[in-house]
Amino acid sequence: MDILLQQIINGLVQGSIYAMVALGYTMVYGIMGLINFAHGEVVMIGTLVAISIVTLLVQSGMPPALAGAFGVAGAALVCMALGWSLERVAYRPLRQAQRLAPLITAIGCSIVLQNLAMMIWGRNYMTFPPLIEKTQFEFAGASFTSVQVMIVTVAALSMSGLLFLVYRTKLGMAMRATAQNPAVAGLMGVNANRVISSAFVVGSALGAVAGVMVGTYYEIAHYQMGFMLGLKAFTAAVLGGIGNLAGAMAGGVLLGLIEALGAGYIGDLTGGFLGSHYQDIFAFAVLIIVLMFRPSGLFGEKTGDRA
Amino acid sequence: MSDLPVLLEARAVAKHFGGVKALRDVSLTIRQGEVYGLIGPNGAGKTTFFNCMTGLYVPDGGGFVFAGAPLVADAPHRAAERGIARTFQNIRLFGNMTALENVMVGRHVRTRAGVFGAILRNGATRDEEAAIRRRAEELLHYVGIDDRADDLAKNLSYGDQRRLEIARALATEPKLLCLDEPAAGMNGTETEELRVLIEGIRADGTTILLIEHDVKLVMGLCDRVAVLDYGALVIEDVPAVVQHDPRVIEAYIGVAA
Repeated sequence: MDILLQQIINGLVQGSIYAMVALGYTMVYGIMGLINFAHGEVVMIGTLVAISIVTLLVQSGMPPALAGAFGVAGAALVCMALGWSLERVAYRPLRQAQRLAPLITAIGCSIVLQNLAMMIWGRNYMTFPPLIEKTQFEFAGASFTSVQVMIVTVAALSMSGLLFLVYRTKLGMAMRATAQNPAVAGLMGVNANRVISSAFVVGSALGAVAGVMVGTYYEIAHYQMGFMLGLKAFTAAVLGGIGNLAGAMAGGVLLGLIEALGAGYIGDLTGGFLGSHYQDIFAFAVLIIVLMFRPSGLFGEKTGDRA
Repeated sequence: MSDLPVLLEARAVAKHFGGVKALRDVSLTIRQGEVYGLIGPNGAGKTTFFNCMTGLYVPDGGGFVFAGAPLVADAPHRAAERGIARTFQNIRLFGNMTALENVMVGRHVRTRAGVFGAILRNGATRDEEAAIRRRAEELLHYVGIDDRADDLAKNLSYGDQRRLEIARALATEPKLLCLDEPAAGMNGTETEELRVLIEGIRADGTTILLIEHDVKLVMGLCDRVAVLDYGALVIEDVPAVVQHDPRVIEAYIGVAA
């Protein structure tokens, strides 16, 4: 019983991170039908920028929590600029090209960003400095830490903020209108370019926050960390129904739970043949199953049913 | 009427799709404050003309002068900025947004605050959003569907969807409102209500370009009428003259063999 609860807690934490990253994929896809495979790398850059800022500030005597706040802000600004530039430089010129071209470009961008990060931060694993004191809590035989609580809280706040932005502001309205019918939204004076840029900027900001979460959770970062994280988050977005915000959130949390429970029980299920380090199997099995049986995802609408 | 200033001038507008000439050098002039009818058989090029004017298509030849300056409609939001709004023959609302939100989107073109305003929630942004909401509510009231404000657009009745499209177009504060077959599929009562609504919009000072099949509606409403056939302009004149022009009768009924 305690394994079940423990893995549910772990899954929720991991799932909140997936959800935050998945939102970046799904916002861009919902508005322009592009899968921005460089998004995982944007998250990675966010983590590494935060490490640099926090390390520098802590060394100069700032309390870690305050340094962490600056780290998040700095990472968010860098990632927003990066997301904006990616769209402007790499994707906008291909807006009218066939679908494969921007997809390949996205993969190219992710390679460029990985190598750029390697040149700036080196190829070694970096330690993420602790931002808050790690206290352990016990609950019904399961344990969780203050860091985990912080991750889930920040994720919940960020995602509520996003929902407010999309459903309660003028910009959000323009985003939804463009997603449903770009040409008509244009006739109403919505500047499609600006809306698309905003989707990249907002998605990248969420990615930066997620990057800091990953850093504080695993206390380690690396220039290749964005690849697997991006792939998992993409899976989460597809699971929820890519293009759908609630879907990305639910898909992220669900994928986190599936992985955690899978990792917790895989040893028992296979009689010890496979260990918990095989947990990635579950994420990608989910991706395959969803694509086979419900390609529109859990919350997705039928294609062609957008307006 | 003829001494009113010119609002829109089309100069030899041409558009072809492959070998099909959808518009052949169409030139016409719409004056400020008039209701201008554009009629013609199916496939005559009426909607293509609308699409060229509103930036959905780029004309292959000729161009438009709007309110004294060339209309470079390279993106749909530019036409909206200049003051041209339209509705669609096949209704194109944002179906998964509420009626009120549909109209609020239309306010975009006349308002400023952008992404940072949306994130920072400064006073100016909040005031602007409140003003947008008020104006959208007024417009829903104006077209008579304020009781449906919070319903999703796709759940509105057909007639109400047409009204909502008009409210959304009016939200952009157009100088020229283009209505593409607004009475299509409407019954007699609904058409009469629509006529009253269009009269009201004209009385409030908006110039109207009307594509319509309902000849009675066109002849009753319009100050001047242009007839298109096979992409070419047949005649442009007051309804009384157009109605009796043999070329118009030929275009609609065909010549006896």
